[in-house]
Amino acid sequence: MSEIRLTIDGREVKASDGMTLLEAAQAAGIHIPTICHHEKLEPFGGCRLCIVELEEKGWSRLVVSCVYPAENNLVVHTRSAKVDRIRKTILELLLAHAPDAFDLQDLAKEYGADKDRFEKEASFCIHCGLCVRYCAEVKKKNAVGFIDRGIRKEISFVPEIALKECWDCKECFPLCPTEALQAAYVLTRALAGHLLEKEPAQPKA
Amino acid sequence: MDLTRVDEIIAKHHGEASSLIQILLEIQSENSWLPKEVMERISQELQVPLTRVHHISTFYKAFSLVPKGRHEVHICMGTACHVRGATRVLDAVQDLTGIKPGETDLELKFSLETVNCLGCCALGPVLEIDGKTYGKMTPVETKNVLQSYE
Ligand code: SF4
Ligand code: FES
Ligand code: FES
Repeated sequence: MSEIRLTIDGREVKASDGMTLLEAAQAAGIHIPTICHHEKLEPFGGCRLCIVELEEKGWSRLVVSCVYPAENNLVVHTRSAKVDRIRKTILELLLAHAPDAFDLQDLAKEYGADKDRFEKEASFCIHCGLCVRYCAEVKKKNAVGFIDRGIRKEISFVPEIALKECWDCKECFPLCPTEALQAAYVLTRALAGHLLEKEPAQPKA
Repeated sequence: MDLTRVDEIIAKHHGEASSLIQILLEIQSENSWLPKEVMERISQELQVPLTRVHHISTFYKAFSLVPKGRHEVHICMGTACHVRGATRVLDAVQDLTGIKPGETDLELKFSLETVNCLGCCALGPVLEIDGKTYGKMTPVETKNVLQSYE
């Protein structure tokens, strides 16, 4: 594996081929905020919070660090004024959907984001895809997926799979930055619980 | 829908996961909607997770997860039709069928959708039923047209 050298926030950083900018920064102890990123999962690039600025020949360019490959001689800024402004807006938009999410509130404090800037549209799920991807990629159960698209997109459990697999797993619960996932699961169980009772009755002794 | 027919369609595509959308489209056009058992069968046979079948079948508007009526009514709500009185046509259809856009009546006679410009604005307001176009619609004309369908 060849070695890559790049500059992040003024520091010379080493990375290896195939690493993303986010991984290169993390390896060097430079923090970039993320929401939809998870080490065990394929890069997704959904939330855009990990955006950073690249400086090239006097130009600058915004890229999403969790999907952008580290390359030689890149000059990366993780906290430029532009980056901070964009992160602030992203957080404000996400907070319109999930105003009570703790992770978002903490980030909002850091970036000066106003959770009331946009009209509330509390869908709770912010489409980070962590639950869906974890269930598919790590657990390989595919109990939960996305349905619909655009503003109507939401997560949805397949009741038959969820009733069988989820009770003893629930590994996706702590991944959810909001409480949307747990709510969806509880709802699925409540609505589909009757499927559980279909099991043949035990013969009486 | 008969599951053996589903299997035939799947076989035609050699059971390849990459043909998922094609298979769904064929079943949609034959059956006019995608029943749960059919999606489960496709998921099993193609070995794609049911969640992905659901994602795709809810993503594209071409698919319906609820039964459709025998006749599909499309009312043009494009700009030209709109200024020529498409809302009155829509109101007339809603009154006569008792359904709103996106719905199907209980007898499974009509399904109603609005569309944006059918490409024949000079005929507006335009109503289309099962692919047949009716131009220059008035509420009275609309009623006559709908009543000619069984
Ligand atoms: S339910 Fe939670 S984990 Fe799943 S996509 Fe929505 S916000 Fe992400
Ligand atoms: S963490 Fe990179 S886009 Fe979400
Ligand atoms: S606006 Fe109705 S056909 Fe063009």
